[in-house]
Order: sequence, then C-alpha cells, then structure tokens
Amino acid sequence: MSRTTQAPKGLRATGNFIDDRFHVAKSGEKNLRKVFPNHWSFMLGEIALYSFIILLLTGVFLTLWFKPSMTEVVYDGSYERLQGVVMSEAYASTLHIDFDVRGGFLVRQIHHWAALIFVASLVAHMLRVFFTGAFRKPREINWLIGIAIFVLAILEGLFGYSLPDDLPSGMGIRILQGVMLSLPVIGTYVSMFLFGGEFPGEDIIPRLYMLHILLIPGILLALIVAHFMILWHQKHTQYPGRGRTEKKVVGVPMFPAFAVKAGGFFFFVFAVTVAFSAFVQINPIHLFGPFSPTSITSGLQPDWYMGFMEGALRIFPNWFDFTIFGYAVPTGVLVPALVIPGILFTGLAVWPFLEAWITGDKRHHNVADRPRNAPVRTGVGMAGITFYGLLWMAGSNDILSETFSLNLYGTTWFFRFAIFIGPVLAFVITKRICLGLQRRDRATLAHGYESGTIQQLPSGEYIEVHKESPDEMVHVLRSKEPLDRTDTEDVDENGVEAPSARGLRGRLRTALAHWYTKDNVSFEGVEPHSGHHGQHEEIAPEQAETATR
Amino acid sequence: MTDNTTDHNKGEGAEGPDRVIGTPSSAEGDRLVASSADPHSEHEGPFPAEETHARPEEMQRKGEKVAAAWFTLAFLGGIIFFVGYFAFSSTEIAEPRIAQYSNVTLGGGLALALFGIGAGMTVWARRVMPHYDVSTPYDELPSSPEEKGSFGDFFMKGAAESGFTKRPLMRRTLLLAMAPLGLAPIVLLRDTGPLPGDTLKHTLWKKGMRMVVEGTEREGEATWIRAEDLGNAPGGMISALPYVQPTEEHPHGLSLNEQAKTVILLIKVGEDEWKPGMTEQQLNWTHDGIVAYSKICTHVGCPAALYEQGTHRILCPCHQSTFDAADGAKVVFGPAHRPLPQLPITVDDEGYLVADGDFSSPVGPTFWDVEKED
Ligand code: HEM
Ligand code: FES
Repeated sequence: MSRTTQAPKGLRATGNFIDDRFHVAKSGEKNLRKVFPNHWSFMLGEIALYSFIILLLTGVFLTLWFKPSMTEVVYDGSYERLQGVVMSEAYASTLHIDFDVRGGFLVRQIHHWAALIFVASLVAHMLRVFFTGAFRKPREINWLIGIAIFVLAILEGLFGYSLPDDLPSGMGIRILQGVMLSLPVIGTYVSMFLFGGEFPGEDIIPRLYMLHILLIPGILLALIVAHFMILWHQKHTQYPGRGRTEKKVVGVPMFPAFAVKAGGFFFFVFAVTVAFSAFVQINPIHLFGPFSPTSITSGLQPDWYMGFMEGALRIFPNWFDFTIFGYAVPTGVLVPALVIPGILFTGLAVWPFLEAWITGDKRHHNVADRPRNAPVRTGVGMAGITFYGLLWMAGSNDILSETFSLNLYGTTWFFRFAIFIGPVLAFVITKRICLGLQRRDRATLAHGYESGTIQQLPSGEYIEVHKESPDEMVHVLRSKEPLDRTDTEDVDENGVEAPSARGLRGRLRTALAHWYTKDNVSFEGVEPHSGHHGQHEEIAPEQAETATR
Repeated sequence: MTDNTTDHNKGEGAEGPDRVIGTPSSAEGDRLVASSADPHSEHEGPFPAEETHARPEEMQRKGEKVAAAWFTLAFLGGIIFFVGYFAFSSTEIAEPRIAQYSNVTLGGGLALALFGIGAGMTVWARRVMPHYDVSTPYDELPSSPEEKGSFGDFFMKGAAESGFTKRPLMRRTLLLAMAPLGLAPIVLLRDTGPLPGDTLKHTLWKKGMRMVVEGTEREGEATWIRAEDLGNAPGGMISALPYVQPTEEHPHGLSLNEQAKTVILLIKVGEDEWKPGMTEQQLNWTHDGIVAYSKICTHVGCPAALYEQGTHRILCPCHQSTFDAADGAKVVFGPAHRPLPQLPITVDDEGYLVADGDFSSPVGPTFWDVEKED
C-alpha cells in the first residue's frame, strides 16, 4: 500500500464532477469490489442478458422499416418471384428489409437467432438455479421474477414471430385464436376484442406490434433490472469449496477482472449469434410466401420454445370434450394449450415454497447444493425435464414419423404413454444415481479416493491404494448438510404429537417430509480419511483442515 | 485458514473485502517464476498484494501480443463488413443469390470483428491480468430486532397521525372514489372489437353461389368449377372458394376474413362409397358423388389441407386430426372433436357447381355456444 496512484487529471475532474453531485465515492468503490464467484454455469444468465441487449439493438433497427399494417397490397417490390402477389403491407415491408436494405437480412436473422438463444439460455439458467437449490431462501423472489421473465419472453417471441405475416407466422396466430375461442363463456369475446372482429381482421398485427416493441420489452426490462438489483444486493450463491461459507462469498472482483472477462464474453455471445445469422439461414419468409388463411404447408414447425405446447395439442385426445347445457367445452384444446402450461409454470413458481414447507427449512442458503445431495429435488427436476422434452418431441411427431418411416398415429400413441411413464422413470433413475453418488462421496471422504494403484500386501492380498483426497475435494464433500425434516420434531418427549403434525395438512406434510428425506445418505460423524465412522461431532472447517494434514 | 481485513479498506468495516489465503491453485500461470524470491513485492494492485498471483512478465508480454493479434483481426473483420456493405448495392441485393453473398460478407465480417474483440479481452484477462480470489461477507439479511422495532413504531405512529385508520368516513369515500377509476381502463377496452353475436355461425355462402379454385386468378367464367372438373382434379380434391367480383380493396374478391370462413374442400367420393354413417340429409347435400366440407379444422383452425384419395381421409397437418370424407367428415383420429361442417352443393342450369345454402354447422374451432341454435 505504499504507492498511491493519482488518477489522470481529466478522469479526476469527471469523478469530482459526479461526486460533487451524487456523493458516490464510497458506494462506487464498494460496487467495483463486488465479488463474482467463478463457475461456468453462472455464464448462462449472462448469455440471457446479452442476447436481450442484442434483441433491443436489432429490434430498434428493424422498426425503421417494418410496417405493422394488414392492408392488402399487390407487391411490386424488388423481389421478383413474388411480384403481383397479394399480401399484407407487413409482409411486403419485411421483404423490403430483406431485399432492399443492406444488412437488413442480416439484422433480421440476428434478431431471430438472438430470440432463440435468449429463451434457450433462460431455460438453462433456470435449470442451473433449480438443481443447485439457488432458489432457496433468501432468493425466492428473484426466482419468481425469473419465471415471469421466462413467460414474457415466450410471449414476446411468439408475437415477434407473428409480425412478418408470412405463412407460418399467420398459422401461429390462427392457433392462438383457436385456443382463445375454446375458453368457456368468454372465449368468443376475447377473440373478437383482440382481433377487432373475426380472424384475421386488420388489427391483430398492429396490436401485436405494440405489445412486441413497447409493452412487453418494457416490462421485461423492468423485471431484468429488478432481477439484477436483487442479485447485487443478495450476492450470488457459490459452489462449495475452500473458504466458501454461508457467511462469505469468494470470487473474482468486479473491477478489474470480472469487468474484462464479462465484457469479452458479451462479444463472444454477440459473435456467435452473428455467425449463426450469417451462415445458417433462419425463417426465410420470402420462401414461405404471404399468409393466407386457406393454405398451409406440412411439416410446419414453430420456434423451438413453442414446441412443447404444439406437442401437447397433438397428443391430447378429444375423449374428454363435453357439453354442459348445450354449451361446448373443448378440453382437447383447453387442457393442452392452457392447463398443461399452467401447471408447468405454476409448479415452477411454487416449488421453492413447497420445498421449504415440506422440509421445514427456514435457513438462509448461500452455498449451492450439489444436485446429488438433494436427490428428490433433482429427481423431480429430471422428471420435469423429461415431461417437457417428450411434449417437445411430440411437437414434431410428423417429422419423426417421416424421418424414421414410423406410423404417424403410432408416434402419437407412443407419446401418449411415454408422457406418463417417462417422468416416473426419470425420477426413479435420477434418485438412484444421486444416492449412489452420495455413498461414493461418503466413502471418498472417509477413505480417500481410489488411486487406481494396486498393491500386494505381505499376506498376499491385493488392495487398491486409497489416496488422501485433496483439501478442496474434502471441502466440497463436506458441504453436504443434513436435510431438515420437520416431522422429527413433531413428537415431543412424551410421545405426544405436536400440533403441526396433526390434521390432514400435518399428516400430508409428515408424509412428504419422509418421502423427501428417507433415503438420504447420512454423512454424520464421517471424519475425513478416518477410515471408520467416528462419533458424531460438528467439525469446524479449521479442524477439518488439520485433520487432512 | 486465516482471515485478515486489510488496512487498505479502513473505515469500511465489514463491507470491505477480506482476503483468502490459500495455496495457489494449479492453474497455469498462477505459480510465479522460481527465481524471484518474493514474488509479490513488485505487484501493487487494488487488492492485498500477498493474495495476488501476478502473471510472470514473460507471460504477460506474450499475452499482450496474442491479444493485440486478436484485436487486429477484429479490425480486419470490421473492414470486411464495410467492404461488404459497399460492394453490394441496395439494388443488387434484390437478387436472392446476391442477398446471400451480402449477408455472408456482412455477417462474417461482423462476427469476426466481435469474436476478435471477445477473444482479445479474454486473453487480456487470463494472461496479462493477475489472478486472485477475494471474498466479501454476505450481508446479514434480517434487520436487528431494534431496527425492526423502531421502524414499526415509527410507521404506526405516522399512520395514526395521518388519521387514515381513525377516520373511516374519509377512508371509505376515498376507496369509493377510486373504484370507477379502476374500472375505467377495462370499459375503455370495449371498443377494441364488436360483440360476437352470431357472426361466427354464418358465412358468406348462399344458395346458388358459384365456386372458384382457391389460389388462382379469379377472373372470368372459365375458372368456375364444374362437376366434371373433379374427375380431372389431381388427388380427387379441389380446394375452393365462393366466386365474388374482385374489388379494388380485395383483389381476390374476398377479404381474408371471408376466405378464412368460406374455404372448402370439394372431394369426389363416388356414389357407392358412402359409409352408412352418412344421413339422408347429408347425402342430399352431395352432388354426383361430390361432397364439400369446410377446409378449416375444427380443432384450432388450421386448413385441413391433406387428402388421401384411397382412404378418403382428410388430415390436418397441424395436430393431425383426421376426418373421414366418406362418413360426413367425422373425426377418426386426433384432437378435433366436431366433424368438418358440410356445405350443401348442387349444380345450376349452366352446369356449374353451386352452394345450396350455408354450412351445416359453424366453421372453425369449437367455441362455447357453437352448438346453440340462434
Ligand atoms: C425481448 C425479446 C424479443 C424477442 C424474443 C423478439 C423476437 C422476435 C422474433 C422471433 C421476430 C421474428 C423475426 C423474423 O422475422 O424472423 C421478431 C420480429 C420483430 N421484432 Fe422482435 N423480439 C424481441 C424484442 C424486440 C424489440 C425490443 C423490438 C423493437 C424495439 C423488436 C422489434 C421487432 C420488429 C420490428 C420485428 C418485425 C420485423 C421482422 O420480422 O423482420 N423486437 N422479434
Ligand atoms: S388445427 Fe387441425 S388438428 Fe389442430
């Protein structure tokens, strides 16, 4: 600390100018010193942020030429193949962006690729948070904000996809309208009001345009800002390791290291998006032709994030459609299009609260769980992924059927069964794997890791030499906490049930807590490299370290 | 392990970073050149020097060169972008092939420019900048009981002072005053569209309307469909619309709304191939083995455009609802529930196929009162 470096005069002057007005030297330093834990999976959220920025930049560029109008025109623009064809102004203006604006084609492609990457990175980021338990107290609110961002991102993408008014994009709106009509009582009103009359009308694209470029991006921006302010305040979770405790976060400081790394990463994400846009054509609307409510091409695929809903619509049968007093309730539309996504998103939203209720865990958590150490959660997560993945695959059953020459209806039936069996299998298998890994962890902690070296003892016996695990590994292994379990406290010393365990709710909760924790492998009393199970004792990390020396 | 709060950070208390002392990780570059006895003496960074594993000068110098190479490449990428921009004029790109070249040069150049900057910055961070971990405490989250108590006390006193709780007349009239304002935005949305009424239940089709092939130029009598045309139709199916005089506004004669409701499939089934499920009335609505169904799927409204002549099956490509054309377009597979509505057809005196009224039931996706008669 001997040398004090003076900032150059210009910088100092600017700094003083700002500080005179805002008094920010102290908080500024604190923020520049903010610590970012290191792990590749923390970059998933960054990808989402960067692709959102790319979407804003490219979206603004597109608005310079795009005309959100459904007025019919006869095309006489520069793309020869469609000259003389009747189309909406929206479609014609998109052709203009493609074939008259230099770089327009590219920017449209970047916008679309970035949208795909945006939603994909949101999903990946969300899964990371789920499987590591980073949604636990105190971060539940940020989890909910994340879900809201995810839902809005999907809507934003769907509406954007509908703007150019090409054949597939109009089909997306058509399906949207069909789903709206299925709503009991209000369906026809909702549809007539949103479309300004019957499908397709002349209003839907201007209205979606407003939602797409103003309302939803505005809300998204506000939510993203809130997400980051909360994150900044609560700080990141961190993976277990040396020195990383519930009280202290270890990592790279914002300035200078993280700023340069993250800046570089932004350019990488942008570069990859642009490279895709340059070399892999996406949504070539000039080949699809303008929307017409009377024609369609087979093998139509929505953007990937709508695939699960498409799949649900395909495999959900019409068996449960019913009428009530002569009014129709088409469950064959309602359930797959609204109820299933509703359950999926509601399930995601309530999970943190459900889990805390089951286990009775009211603690703050800053150190991430290793997925294996929460086998039921990890199993549920994998079951969810399997459910979603199967729906998503069912959304291209026609393509699967054609590619692998399968019977089309056969694929539908396959998915109708798989959607029930798959998630259960995924749960059971995942849980087994987690428990197996836990057992191996305990052995490694107690005996060191298997070195792969075989030794012959004087007695003639062969053994595999176990080496002492490195310090870091011991820290990671010891991060496993005993799972909280509410029902163990539910009986007092006289054997009387505590009030919390009584009644239907209490019993349900006890049963769930049992299910959540019953198979968990206990690490209690396992001393590093002790080779045997010692007596139960809380060991401070310091002592643990001495134990390894 | 030891924790030290550094003097560097005096006055910031718990907010300031602590350092973590640990053996350097094995990542390359963390270890310092063996020759220098006190490796940290020269490095004075913003964080405690003992913590910092400065990159050896050798490595930094190399890192600088590599980063500079990337930045130079990025500059070249930027140049390629500009060359691409001016090489293909905005009139040339009307040709899709040229548009593709333009796209690749602009995009390739831009991608290179961005990638170069990203790669250069990464090399800078990894090879030139020192590597270290620091730590800060997580903020204690719940406030202390005193703070909470003080806040609660302050707030409740303030609330009492305002009189909001003590003066119910004022409070209730204020809430009352808010209610209409809350409803106003919802009422204002009323004019976004007309009430449904029975619009969804009727279409433009009227007795005696002639038909044209969908998607063709709709001018002149030559395009009106005759019963014989079905014999020559590829696949035994024609997708058709009612004929309406073209107008300035709708060069096709029909607006998209009207097309969306009136489009039909004309299918030649053959007099002896009808299934017993067809009612007498439904058979009366056919002409000479030709039947007309709405092309709009009753599931969520895609055009059910695929027809298999051998089995008389109509397949909707969206979610694969399948309808049997020889059996009143009943659903034989898939998520749709209602049969495709049938359009009664006949021929007029001049031998053209014409409608004999409107559809047998409402067209398109099922809605709440779809089965209610008006
Ligand atoms: C935040 C997330 C956003 C997503 C997920 C998204 C997604 C999309 C998608 C998928 C399309 C269709 C692109 C295509 O034709 O291939 C689109 C079109 C469009 N977007 Fe966005 N967008 C977003 C934000 C924005 C913003 C902030 C603006 C403007 C300020 C914008 C302006 C436009 C315009 C004008 C079009 C129509 C032009 C065209 O399709 O070429 N978008 N958007
Ligand atoms: S719209 Fe025809 S099957 Fe869904």
